[in-house]
Amino acid sequence: MFWRGYWFGAETMRHSRAAMRGTGETVGGPHDYLQAQIRWRNIEIAFWLATLAPFILTPNYLVLASQIAITALFALSLDLILGYAGIVSLGHAAFFGFGAYTAGLIAKYGWGEPLSGLLAAGLAAGLLGYLMSFIIARVRHLALIMITLGFGLLLLEAANSASWLTGGADGLQGVRMWPLFGLFTFDLWGTTSYWYSLVVLFLLFIVSRRLIHSPFGLSLRGIRDNIIRMRAIGAESLAHLQQVYTISAAMAGVAGGLLTQTTETVSLGVLDFQRSADVLVMLILGGAGRLYGGLIGAIIFMVARDQFSGINPQYWYFPIGILLVTVVLFLPNGILGGLAQIAASERWQRWIRPRVPRRSLLP
Amino acid sequence: MSTPALSTHGLSKSFGSLVVASDIALQLPRGARHALIGPNGAGKTTLINLMTGMLRPDAGRILLGDDEITTLGPEARVRRGLVRTFQINTLFPSLTALEAVALAVCERRGVARTWLKPISAYRDAIDEAHDVLVSLMLARHCYRPTRELAYGQQRLLEIALALATRPKVLLLDEPAAGVPRDESAELFAAVTNLSQDITVLFIEHDMDFVFRFASRIIVMVGGRVLVEGNPDEIAADPRVREIYLGRRRHG
Repeated sequence: MFWRGYWFGAETMRHSRAAMRGTGETVGGPHDYLQAQIRWRNIEIAFWLATLAPFILTPNYLVLASQIAITALFALSLDLILGYAGIVSLGHAAFFGFGAYTAGLIAKYGWGEPLSGLLAAGLAAGLLGYLMSFIIARVRHLALIMITLGFGLLLLEAANSASWLTGGADGLQGVRMWPLFGLFTFDLWGTTSYWYSLVVLFLLFIVSRRLIHSPFGLSLRGIRDNIIRMRAIGAESLAHLQQVYTISAAMAGVAGGLLTQTTETVSLGVLDFQRSADVLVMLILGGAGRLYGGLIGAIIFMVARDQFSGINPQYWYFPIGILLVTVVLFLPNGILGGLAQIAASERWQRWIRPRVPRRSLLP
Repeated sequence: MSTPALSTHGLSKSFGSLVVASDIALQLPRGARHALIGPNGAGKTTLINLMTGMLRPDAGRILLGDDEITTLGPEARVRRGLVRTFQINTLFPSLTALEAVALAVCERRGVARTWLKPISAYRDAIDEAHDVLVSLMLARHCYRPTRELAYGQQRLLEIALALATRPKVLLLDEPAAGVPRDESAELFAAVTNLSQDITVLFIEHDMDFVFRFASRIIVMVGGRVLVEGNPDEIAADPRVREIYLGRRRHG
């Protein structure tokens, strides 16, 4: 075959192994190969077990832990559009804030049931995202960044001026949540808040994981990789972009709703530009397009903020800035991208490789 | 005579004062193997861009079978069976070859907006994608990301993506571009083996292949069709000989 010379010349050890697997040693055919992509890996299970650790190890930090879970959900929503569809947004807080105010207003005006409130927050933000998506799906690059940024500022000022509804700069007061399932009150220690946020994060993570491994997720990666080719294979790129933007907005709205419900207040900060920028920083730190990147980024960012602001409340962004510059310079695919490279070494393969169901010892 | 699979009528396009297509009238009968040749800058790729809707013509009409498609967008034309490949690799670098072709199959089947089931649940689509890769001898490498494939394999994947859309009319823009001459046999074999149901128009600079494979040859110069004929007529045409062998003159 004509590429044979090239093939062996350019080959590295790692690729040979991948190719061997591809020819049917571990992986039988295209179906097995694709199924293997979807299987849960050991390291993923370890990660989710570790999220339970704060209950035992750091019970005094459950409030922080629930904030991290909420922020991680927000970062996950951004990953869907940025990491998978290539939509850069500097105004994603618009949906977070819209969800936060929706949940807050519903609770303030008499309906404090958390789950339905959260659903409403997601639906409201999703609807807003759907309307925005008509513009978003049609622009790219700098225009995209500016439009998302402008839209975020617009919503912030709208909330600021509508103080009769939102409480303006004083924040929305009088949000009272009913106990979860009528049983679990939102306590001061954050126990209910953390497991509530964690469960919502985990459920929406599973949804996201399913989404990216579906035909739709494949199309999104196609759009990110090469939108010109997508046109040439007859793909409905516009519809895909609108769909993922709507889903992402709804998820951001749920995250905002969680923040409202667990803190029982809403401040203008939920719509702040800073929040949009922070979540972008977290995602880039952790690694975009990896699902876990936003989660890891949120943990690092929030813990760093907690620790550094304890040391010096004024200049805590300084170390974050150093971290960001270092990561972008040396680990262009984020911390997870860097780890993935290290993990590609054989030694770590058994953790990284998809779990293969254990065969019965009996024939 | 039956309706041509693809025809253009008075197709024209200019960028400012630069005329890149001037009054182009072509007819591709069903199952045709037509070659489009001409010097660099003759407007061959522009013509493909016009036909596939990547460029809008200033004047003229394009018909796919009996249907006018002049105002349709590129995606809609692909869905009707008018598909192209690219001279410069236009692929999905981070997708494996299998994923890329499965993506094209899923888009054609209209399941690309669904996300409740994982891709592995669409067994038919995966089998179909794999069959396309097998037919182009890419099956061995289909679990590798596109960017890691050898250049020649990427050229084959260009064709694989187009085939996954089940084209009626296939426009191949220099399928062997950049592949060393002694290694281009695989690509030409792939083009030769295309189903007779597919109408093919291809741009190619390898004259051996053009004269061996094409039933008709269209020669473009300066945005115009200079001459169209069967290989013998083209080989004997003094104007064509002048362009390819002698000094170039204004078209």
